[in-house]
Amino acid sequence: MTELLIKNGFVFDPINKINGEKMDIAIKDGKIVHKVSGKAQVVDASGLTVMPGGVDIHTHIAGGEVNTGRIIRPDDHVKDVERKTAMTRCGTGYSIPSTFTTGYRYSRMGYTTVMNPSMAPLEAKHTHEELNDIPLLDKATYPLIGDWWFVLENLAKGDIVECAKHVAWMLDITKGYAIKIVNPGGLESWGFGHNVHSIDDQVPNFCITPREIVTGLARVNALLNLPHSIHLHTNNLGLPGNYTTTLDTMKALESVPYNGKPVCHITHLQFASFAGDGWAHFQSASEEISSYINAHNHLTFDMGQVIFTDTTTMTADGPFEFSLYELGGHNKWVNSDVETETSGGIIPFHYKKNSPVNALQWSIGLELALLIKDPWKMFMTTDHPNGGPFFAYPRVLAWLYSKKAREATLKHCNKKAQKKSLLPTIDREMTLYEIAIMTRAGQAKALGLPNKGQLGVGADADVAIFNINPETMDIAQQFKAARKAFKHAAYTIKDGKVVVKDGEVVNNTTPGRTMWLDVQTKDPCVIDEEMRRKFKQYWTIEYDNYPVFDHYLRVPEKLTVKASV
Amino acid sequence: MVEQKLKATLITGRTIDQGVGKEMGKGSIEYFESSSVCFMDKADMIQLGIKSGSNVQVSSKYGSVIVKAKKTTRGASPGLVFIPCGLWANAICGDETFGMGMPMFKGFTVEVQAAPNEPVLTLNELLKKEYGR
Amino acid sequence: MTSEVKSVVCPICGCLCDDLEVTVENNEIVKMKNGCSVCEAKMVHGYKSEERILKPMIRKDGELVPVSMDEAVKKAAKILTDAKYPLLFGWSSSTSEAQRIGVELAEELGSALDNCCSVCHGPSVMATQEIGIPASTLGQIRHRADLIVYWACNPWTSHPRHLERYTSFTDGRFEKSEWKSYMQKMKGDASMKKVQAASKRIIGSTIPAMRPDACALNAPPQTMQKEGRKLIVVDVRKTMTADAADYFIQVQPNKDYEIIEALRCLVGDQELDVDTVGGVKVEYLKDVADAMVNCEFGVIFFGLGLTQSAGRFRNIENAIALTRDLNRKTKFVISPMRGHFNVTGANVVFAWSTGYPYALDFSQGYPQYNPGEFTTIDLLRRGDNDATLVISADPGAHFPKAAVQNMMKHPLITINPDMNAISRLGDVVFPTQWCGIECEGTAYRMDHVPIMLRKVVEPPKGILNDEELLKRILAEVRVIKGKNPDTETKAEVKERNKLAPRIEIKQRKKAKKVEVA
Repeated sequence: MTELLIKNGFVFDPINKINGEKMDIAIKDGKIVHKVSGKAQVVDASGLTVMPGGVDIHTHIAGGEVNTGRIIRPDDHVKDVERKTAMTRCGTGYSIPSTFTTGYRYSRMGYTTVMNPSMAPLEAKHTHEELNDIPLLDKATYPLIGDWWFVLENLAKGDIVECAKHVAWMLDITKGYAIKIVNPGGLESWGFGHNVHSIDDQVPNFCITPREIVTGLARVNALLNLPHSIHLHTNNLGLPGNYTTTLDTMKALESVPYNGKPVCHITHLQFASFAGDGWAHFQSASEEISSYINAHNHLTFDMGQVIFTDTTTMTADGPFEFSLYELGGHNKWVNSDVETETSGGIIPFHYKKNSPVNALQWSIGLELALLIKDPWKMFMTTDHPNGGPFFAYPRVLAWLYSKKAREATLKHCNKKAQKKSLLPTIDREMTLYEIAIMTRAGQAKALGLPNKGQLGVGADADVAIFNINPETMDIAQQFKAARKAFKHAAYTIKDGKVVVKDGEVVNNTTPGRTMWLDVQTKDPCVIDEEMRRKFKQYWTIEYDNYPVFDHYLRVPEKLTVKASV
Repeated sequence: MVEQKLKATLITGRTIDQGVGKEMGKGSIEYFESSSVCFMDKADMIQLGIKSGSNVQVSSKYGSVIVKAKKTTRGASPGLVFIPCGLWANAICGDETFGMGMPMFKGFTVEVQAAPNEPVLTLNELLKKEYGR
Repeated sequence: MTSEVKSVVCPICGCLCDDLEVTVENNEIVKMKNGCSVCEAKMVHGYKSEERILKPMIRKDGELVPVSMDEAVKKAAKILTDAKYPLLFGWSSSTSEAQRIGVELAEELGSALDNCCSVCHGPSVMATQEIGIPASTLGQIRHRADLIVYWACNPWTSHPRHLERYTSFTDGRFEKSEWKSYMQKMKGDASMKKVQAASKRIIGSTIPAMRPDACALNAPPQTMQKEGRKLIVVDVRKTMTADAADYFIQVQPNKDYEIIEALRCLVGDQELDVDTVGGVKVEYLKDVADAMVNCEFGVIFFGLGLTQSAGRFRNIENAIALTRDLNRKTKFVISPMRGHFNVTGANVVFAWSTGYPYALDFSQGYPQYNPGEFTTIDLLRRGDNDATLVISADPGAHFPKAAVQNMMKHPLITINPDMNAISRLGDVVFPTQWCGIECEGTAYRMDHVPIMLRKVVEPPKGILNDEELLKRILAEVRVIKGKNPDTETKAEVKERNKLAPRIEIKQRKKAKKVEVA
């Protein structure tokens, strides 16, 4: 029985509508409680900002794709190493850190829960093995099922209930958390080197369109009562003029019944908000996109902010990566198609300030975040490592809460991009309360994790304490000091244990849990002879060897969901 | 009698028999019989005046080894000899890597000559001879 | 007591066939279905051969003497901690669970860490780091490939069920098996041989064959216009796989780079001003280039013929470049034919825990990578390491003589289930369980698909598996080094943290120069 008392911090807990109040947080046995005994260990937080532990809704940290990225980038690792200490394992960065390093670095920034958004079901065991080796964090992973043949066939037949049962089975068998859809229809087309270019293009060989896949799976998601909505990477991602496709997708999703809970999370929105009819006429579409979002409530988003640095892009969107490669200037291209399920691609990429496109991409991400009025709709991510590595988050935050920080960066950007950027016209500077929503509360709410992202009684005792005194520090003016505070948390508390102090790992005994959904349908998906036969046809491994067995999750946390089918 | 020497390119690699042999155990008769052989072209064997099954000495600048000559069953490949990967092949492979970590297993020059009076050493004998254990 | 176990995974080659049906009688495998001959040799006979090691052994006065597990573990830990720079090598026939502990042990020792990849597909990994790799899982090939190229590899002998399970002779959703047409071809060949033999007997000379013999050097093209999957084999010698091919190209040894370059030119619609390249007539290469451009989904599988001959990783790099060029015209993927059943896993595990797939060094307290420096053969060649631990590998039989001789100058610890060549040479010889027969664990197929190996029979009494054994050695190493984190006091931890300053901050500054926010 361990007790902990965080005394006198300025608490920002948006889910409980606490905005900078000076108060104590009591912790007992890894949970937030009303009060603790006099024997409790005291963390003196006077003059410090206290927030719930950070939640990341979309970060590629584990799995086949990520690891292939690691293998092909020794040039990336050699410039950033992490030395072994008595407490911690050694490792390497930079843009694709090794597993242990990933855990330590997230924890040093006050993060306690991260979501791995992309996992080929066939390679699920690999993802879970890596997640086991990421310490100090709670984790979950989304299987890629937007182009899974069972989904395509059932949706083409119009059999949404059968589709739902298969999806429930897949979530269970891969120990997944949400439905991930990437470039719906495009990945199956990429099997023969093609792609789809609008949400009404036909997917070759399957008599279905991206529109039907997305809306169909959104309905499946509702039937299964999954905590998170479908998690969507839109068609035509990363291509100039793609904002029309994004708008079409958002409009198409209006047809899905909305009962107050978002029906879809569109991820790394920055990459889906490009206007212009070619790279030479590349434009921002943040106004069009944000005005639609401000008028509608059925969706949530994350930024996919670009950082000016050398990073590694990786996505299940194989055709996108190839078209990116064909733009030239890249030295490596990885493609990794997975039978029956998905594809993938990797390209090292350097975002440069003097590139008109990259600089405007940087601007678009921030424009979107600032123009979307409601922070509960738009979350802070870099789509790690696609826009930039996750440990650049403090820099993104600085751009959000300080116009001065934005101006300091913008003035070094490409002149053409500066002219096209809307940032000089935007005066909004986010408050710590809004930052807490964008980095914790909003993400936890969208994920349907009631015990995360808040400090109410009964919540998980995941707390981040930053060296920011809201009474004396004007974060908009002193953005560098605040940025430093977000980079090295004063304390990170995971499950009631202080794991990081002054930006250093002090306790490495918490492996973190892997959350997964046990979706209980009324009649489960029947694995009969027919299904086994199909299995043999579709995959090259046997049905008996396909599931992620229990021992692959070192510390599992089963979340049971009752489905309506 | 002038001893005939054949200059040839050596390739080492797998054969199905060697695969079966290694799984049966490194000390097994299957492993010995499948790995201590050298596949040669018929024309080369005629040049050396040997028959399938007679012992030959294969030498490179890294060492030499006695193996049994065997006729390749498929296709003509004069000037190319093949020894299944294993202890016998490695007695003549070099450890130069050219800075890439990979030693010389394929595509270097060897000399083959008849050695009717020399025995093919077994695994244990070869280990003793090369490494003293 | 007989039981049948289905969906057993074969722990031998990179194919990881997982459809074996095994009959177990009194804790012994007596029969199996679906496996190839190599598989049967191991699963039914080899694993229980008399060569099995049943007790740990230590070399005393030149002879291996059985000792207790405790004594052997202590001795091994002492050797490893006494050494200034040990080398941990092998891993390709171990589970990834054991490989994880291996990385931890290497970190603790500050040693070199390398896997068998450095003498098989190390150059392929290096090529991937130069140029990337367009790849896919094997099922994608089964469903879609209408052109299959085996380059410098011979799956018929090294991966016997590769064609049957993943390529030419399997039914996919969009492409069908070529088994029937292959059988017809074989029958045709057999009867043609009879006709030839007969004609020789009767008229004293052979009549010309109806179908030109593909095995002759630079044979004219076979019928490449046929429907369905086509199979092309490129190799320096005619192999059994080449027999099954629709088109066989025989290249001169060490000339693969030239041929690939020529194909890249032809695929890029350039004319070649020569008649032959690497011993192959350009017109034949044109046929191959045409087939490649005109297919719907093509695949190149390459083997050690490319990685071990002249050019090494440049061969692979060029082959990958060819594949990339082809993707501008059609869909094409390329895949290495990884050998041991979990050599891919060794790369995968090393990479996720350190960032690098092989050729690792921990002497600085953080991972470093440099093939040619930290690769095993180079370490041995220079005589850098002063102790070696070999696990689930047999460098005794598969390293060049000079390398093994250098290894023998220093203490040698081996962990293998049976008495292979390296175990015969060891100073401390550990027994271990057969992964995939006596213990379960994860292995990665050649296309990075993870599959869980099954336990089929109970191991002999007292024998640990790789993971347990390494954990014991690691614990013992920590005891000797006085570094037991469980018993360390906070003050000690603080002191140690001071002693091991992280250089990260310095490094970050460097990185900052690159980023400049």
